[in-house]
Amino acid sequence: MFNQPGRAICLLVVVALAILFPPLMQWGGNEYFIGIASRMLIYGIAATSLNFILGYGGMVSFGHAAFLGVGAYTAAILVESGWSSALIVWPLAMLLAAAIALLIALVSLRTTGVYFIMITLAFAQMLYYIAVSMNAYGGEEGLNIPRVTIPGLDLESDTQLYYVAFVLVCSVIYLLHRVINSRFGRVLTAISENEARMQALGYKTMHFKLVAFVLAGAVAGIAGALLATQNSFVNPSIMHWTSSGLLLFMVILGGVGNKYGGLIGAIVFLGLEDFAVNIRIDWLADLYPNYSQHSLLLVGLVLLTVVMFAPHGIAGLFSKGGRRVSH
Amino acid sequence: MTVTLILEQALNGLQFGLMLFLLAAGLTLVFGIMGMINLAHGSLYMLGAFIAATIASLSGSFWLAIGLSVLITAAVGMVLEMSLLRALYTRDHLSQVLATFALVLIINEVVRLVWGTDASLFPPQSLAGPVELYSGLSYSAYRLAIIVLGLVVACGLYLLIAKTRFGMRLRAGASNRTMAHMMGGDVSRLFTLVFGLGAGLAALAGAALGPILAVQVGMGESILILTFVVIVIGGIGSIRGALIGAILVGMVDTMGRVFIPMFLRLTMPSNYASDLGPALASIVIYVLMAAVLYWRPQGLFPARSG
Amino acid sequence: MALPAYFRRGADVSVTDVLLKTISVHKRFGGIAATRNVSLEILAGEVHALIGPNGAGKTTLIAQLSGLLTPDSGQITFDSHDITDLPIYDRVKLGLARSYQITSIFKSFSVLDNIALAVQARTNTSYSVWKPIASDSALFDEAFALTEEIGLGARSDSIAGQLSHGEQRQLEVGLALATKPKLLLLDEPMAGMGPEESERLVGLLDKVRQQVTVLLVEHDMDAVFRLANRVSVLVNGELIVTDLPDVVRNSDEVKRAYLGDEVAS
Repeated sequence: MFNQPGRAICLLVVVALAILFPPLMQWGGNEYFIGIASRMLIYGIAATSLNFILGYGGMVSFGHAAFLGVGAYTAAILVESGWSSALIVWPLAMLLAAAIALLIALVSLRTTGVYFIMITLAFAQMLYYIAVSMNAYGGEEGLNIPRVTIPGLDLESDTQLYYVAFVLVCSVIYLLHRVINSRFGRVLTAISENEARMQALGYKTMHFKLVAFVLAGAVAGIAGALLATQNSFVNPSIMHWTSSGLLLFMVILGGVGNKYGGLIGAIVFLGLEDFAVNIRIDWLADLYPNYSQHSLLLVGLVLLTVVMFAPHGIAGLFSKGGRRVSH
Repeated sequence: MTVTLILEQALNGLQFGLMLFLLAAGLTLVFGIMGMINLAHGSLYMLGAFIAATIASLSGSFWLAIGLSVLITAAVGMVLEMSLLRALYTRDHLSQVLATFALVLIINEVVRLVWGTDASLFPPQSLAGPVELYSGLSYSAYRLAIIVLGLVVACGLYLLIAKTRFGMRLRAGASNRTMAHMMGGDVSRLFTLVFGLGAGLAALAGAALGPILAVQVGMGESILILTFVVIVIGGIGSIRGALIGAILVGMVDTMGRVFIPMFLRLTMPSNYASDLGPALASIVIYVLMAAVLYWRPQGLFPARSG
Repeated sequence: MALPAYFRRGADVSVTDVLLKTISVHKRFGGIAATRNVSLEILAGEVHALIGPNGAGKTTLIAQLSGLLTPDSGQITFDSHDITDLPIYDRVKLGLARSYQITSIFKSFSVLDNIALAVQARTNTSYSVWKPIASDSALFDEAFALTEEIGLGARSDSIAGQLSHGEQRQLEVGLALATKPKLLLLDEPMAGMGPEESERLVGLLDKVRQQVTVLLVEHDMDAVFRLANRVSVLVNGELIVTDLPDVVRNSDEVKRAYLGDEVAS
């Protein structure tokens, strides 16, 4: 539908709008939306990392939110212990998330198909239970923490945090672009299409999947650390298996196997959720005064519709034949 | 730590394990025969508990509640299968997982709208008290009844699968789906019945466990994970694997939750033990799963070949 | 075709000539022995055909040679290495490649990209994550040359899934060839091919035999007797004879083992 120059212009317009977003919101007196937009960008990072292993690597991981949680809790614990610089906290969050991803991958990647889905789900839930049991860090209730600091910036300002998130999500998408078009990316996509033949060509396929999984986990870890700072709060529910399900929903909504799919899906999903919670429908309010607490019903219905009728997601509507969805 | 305590917890573990078996059997059959992974299985378990709670409070009879709940939930399951789920059999796993996950969200909210966040289900008066198994060990009559129920159902399933024509088609389907098609008859009706059977079993577990665990929205999600662990350990598509896996998981989880914190309190300073104990107890089952998978990635008794 | 001395019946075969050797390899599935005590030697430089009726266990044997299955007992050595328990990808690195009876290519990739995957595997540079692969002209030049060699030069930009069946079979063999193996295991490469396409593949194999030893599993007897230096016959998992093609063709035992049609031509 879009030709090359068309797509480039589209991209430029979107980037320009994104850069102008905070001042526009401030000018309109809607500063509240800057925080929401930051949240969308941060989940965009997480969803993009999931899209990498799902859309390009064919690995249906139902436990990706666990790495969000590891990153968030690492950040929270470090901040609580006195380390306030993001330059220390964020890399450590990434490292720990990568380490945990490695451990999980070493066991899970010995399996494929449904087993893999169930195992990643189970391990993620295991991490959730660990977080719930950490009473020193809030247990099931969660923990309030101050925001991290970056020398030269004031992250207490929502606007500045927004720009940091924006730079990071653009970097992650660019990184994805480079990796997918590299030799490694080529091998990964070939493995997701026909792993047996790749082995027959001499590739140690498990190693490649492992590296991809760990990279994705690391990026999700950074997203988690960002989330902890954005919310000034951590809570085990970030890593409940249902959160992993919602991450997958973001990816499929935006477009599996499309570079921008994760970000698009995160924006649309969180926008939808916000809309569902805040919209005023008078006749519904008369029937069910608490209808806004049941926003998940709407989410479920939309998810079902997308899966049944538009599995290639939003990006799929715009590109000529999307990638085939995973196995 | 007495023999009595160990025995009591072992019985609890057996009881929980048998209920996990009811869930795992349905889930593994649906996956083995229709090739579909169903995250909403836990929601059927939850529905069974809520429906039983309502019928019990309306009629005053626990037995009526459990029986009707099984039938109603089985019917709901079959309707879901015919209307929606059968479109997923040929789809990829991601689609199946997301569609059934959507169902989980929808059913959770519907239950919350109709019933609120929780409901109460009480064991029948006849089974409310303890039973003395031998001098020194008093055990809840209700839990004993659940063990008996679980064993009866396990035998019933065995007979159904090993000795009936329906069961023969199930076994053929579980190990080789194309062969099941070739065995003729109405395959889609078989699928619907299998799904209904699974739903009924899930509801039975939900209603039976209702008085012991709380009947609340979200009860399905936590037990679903354990059910997955059971199937992964036992081997997908295998009823025998589901039984052995379920009892194993039930025992390890139940006894772990009691004895690990106890052991830690004895050997560690109490401020560490009180945090570490429950945490370790929660994760011991996943460590078990990881260990089994490390040596046997296909589970202990894999059934599928085609 | 002038046969080297060691192909003449009864001649001594020196140890260094043996490229692949199986010693009493045995494999059973449930109650059925799919491979019964098979001891087979493939000599370097030959085209060795493996024939047998359907269900004889040819694919099971190939699976054990390529690494997909592990024998229950016995030993497999390749190029003086014991490969009995070696995983598939390590065997490929030693020079043992295989093509499949049921086409197993990368359907969403172009023909050129398919071959490039095989070429890339040999270079051990696959952990490069930053440099765009498109800028790698050396890789694609070599891949293109190979694509032409297998006769698909004109179709190099076509998506593999859109090729005709015969072209896909060519690509199937080409993928294995592109790993530059010492021994090529071909599992019914002509399956489902028409006469013209089979002819083309026979021509390719004739060209390729100069550089590669070939173990050819085939039902197409025409191709077998044109290409093979020696023929082995597998019946019910057992190797009943290994000999020159004419000897095998005229053997009563072989005729009895088959239902007659194929060998009688």
